[in-house]
Amino acid sequence: MALTYDDVIAKYEPTLGLEVHVELNTNTKMFCGCSTEFGGEPNTQTCPVCLGLPGSLPVVNEVAIESAIKIGLALNCSIAPFSRFARKNYFYPDMPKDFQISQYDEPICVNGFLDVEIDTDEGVKTFRVEIERVHMEEDTGKSLHVGGSTGRIHGAEYSLLDYNRAGIPLMEIVTKMIPGTEKYAPQVARAYVTELRDILRSLGVSDVKMEQGSLRCDANVSLSPRGSGTLGTRSETKNVNSLRSVERAIHGEMIRQGNRLENGERIIQETRHFLEESGETRPGRSKETAEDYRYFQEPDLVPVAPDASWIEEIRATLPERPSVRRKRLQTEWAVPEKEMTAMINAELLDTVEATVKLGADPTKARTWWLGEISRVANEKEVEAISLMTPAQVAEIILLVASGELTDKLARQVVEGVIAGEGTPREVIEKRGLKVVSDDSALMAAIEAAIASQPDTAQRVRDGNIPAAGALIGAVMKATGGQADAARVRELLLKHLGQ
Amino acid sequence: MAAISRDEVAHLARLARIEMSSEELDHLASELDQILHAVDRVQEAAKDDVPPTSHPLPLKNVTRPDVVIPSLSPEDALSGAPASDEQRFKVPQILGDAE
Ligand SMILES: [Zn+2]
Repeated sequence: MALTYDDVIAKYEPTLGLEVHVELNTNTKMFCGCSTEFGGEPNTQTCPVCLGLPGSLPVVNEVAIESAIKIGLALNCSIAPFSRFARKNYFYPDMPKDFQISQYDEPICVNGFLDVEIDTDEGVKTFRVEIERVHMEEDTGKSLHVGGSTGRIHGAEYSLLDYNRAGIPLMEIVTKMIPGTEKYAPQVARAYVTELRDILRSLGVSDVKMEQGSLRCDANVSLSPRGSGTLGTRSETKNVNSLRSVERAIHGEMIRQGNRLENGERIIQETRHFLEESGETRPGRSKETAEDYRYFQEPDLVPVAPDASWIEEIRATLPERPSVRRKRLQTEWAVPEKEMTAMINAELLDTVEATVKLGADPTKARTWWLGEISRVANEKEVEAISLMTPAQVAEIILLVASGELTDKLARQVVEGVIAGEGTPREVIEKRGLKVVSDDSALMAAIEAAIASQPDTAQRVRDGNIPAAGALIGAVMKATGGQADAARVRELLLKHLGQ
Repeated sequence: MAAISRDEVAHLARLARIEMSSEELDHLASELDQILHAVDRVQEAAKDDVPPTSHPLPLKNVTRPDVVIPSLSPEDALSGAPASDEQRFKVPQILGDAE
């Protein structure tokens, strides 16, 4: 019988390794001035440098180096005082030069770490993921395989290449081997990529969109028999393109390897591909060994030797670490754990914070964004932030706080803004949604209600306070729901001698 | 002792996707061997106080500002390509690999 995940964990210890590739959001490519804009027509963003035409010379993008240093510092790395580029030689048409400019034995950042928190059976536990290196390289072009039915290489008659992406700055962030994660290996992998993504986003160095491929993860995992003290053979699962898939890929791969080992089969060191539908992996192209890439120093580029003072300047600009910021906001806003998690998962933390910064009450801001606005966003299958701005939401919250709107009216204003009827002010104007706060107008409505229900009014005069509900209801109806019910009650009871 | 074996040359030829006859391999293995021995002599002259260099000029930190420069038109980009289709470079089927 096949081993389950729990069976595998009972017998084997997993060791993880994660390689994350992140495209920088610089305006131009790593070594030339071509635009990095996503989604351009094929081959509209190329030049002699990124096409590898004879006689062209690459020159490093200074912002890419600054971004690499930012990433290294945020991951607690040492920044190398001297670092060089190298050619990684391979024959594959995704690079027109027949090599990729990368870094080999002299990467720009080394020896960092990133702590991630995992919910374990014994409560929240911190795992330290050690970072081996962060190096700079360039992305490859995109191939379209024509002929054959699957768009894959097998059976293709020819391939069509678009080099718009070739040369876009790419950072490779490589962890050391991560032992000791036990059954939490899949969660640790996911938490690491999540935290890394949040850090990269907070640094503003990348769009970090896994679905567009600007953040890609290769996940290595190996199993060794418990207590053996040896390290198993690892497999590498390529280009896992969502956070959830990172977790599923490791989980699936651990089960596959555990079952192979159980049947006395060897694990082959190979590249595998994650299958989104089944959560399993299948073998990919056999990996050329590092030696086969025939790395050598790139003669067309001079060394990168960042000044210590420049590094310190960059360090001073680093934003608050996302995990620290989350804890601070949770305390400042007094948000329960569950709601905080919901806000983070909905990726609305920045939006709520922006709303609070504009003077809105944190609880109200959270409630609007995660409640009504998210509900409509889900219905329309769009992002909540595409429906309203933090400024609009803050304005509505402040109007409720000042008594100009009731919660009920505020809901209609939100509805109107989402429907494209204009700013909150314009919606209030057009729909006539102002709270009737003019006491004389209210008194007229109150007197009318008393005149139409004299018996009820008498009961209230006799001390039956709950009976006032019917009269308040009549006033609210007469004012189209635009009166402040508390004020109506106050005026009514006073008028009836209560 | 040979600095490079015939098998290593065959391996490099395979990596470089260059087809070589048996005679060509023999010939090239012996030529490359001589070249490597010449490089060895240069290396002997460079003692520990001479750091390996990738560049003849003592330059570092040559960078450019992150400013977009107009790219080639797709027509120009593709003008030197042996074949193209759908505004893309057309290359023969890639053998032996699965992605
Ligand atoms: Zn270019």
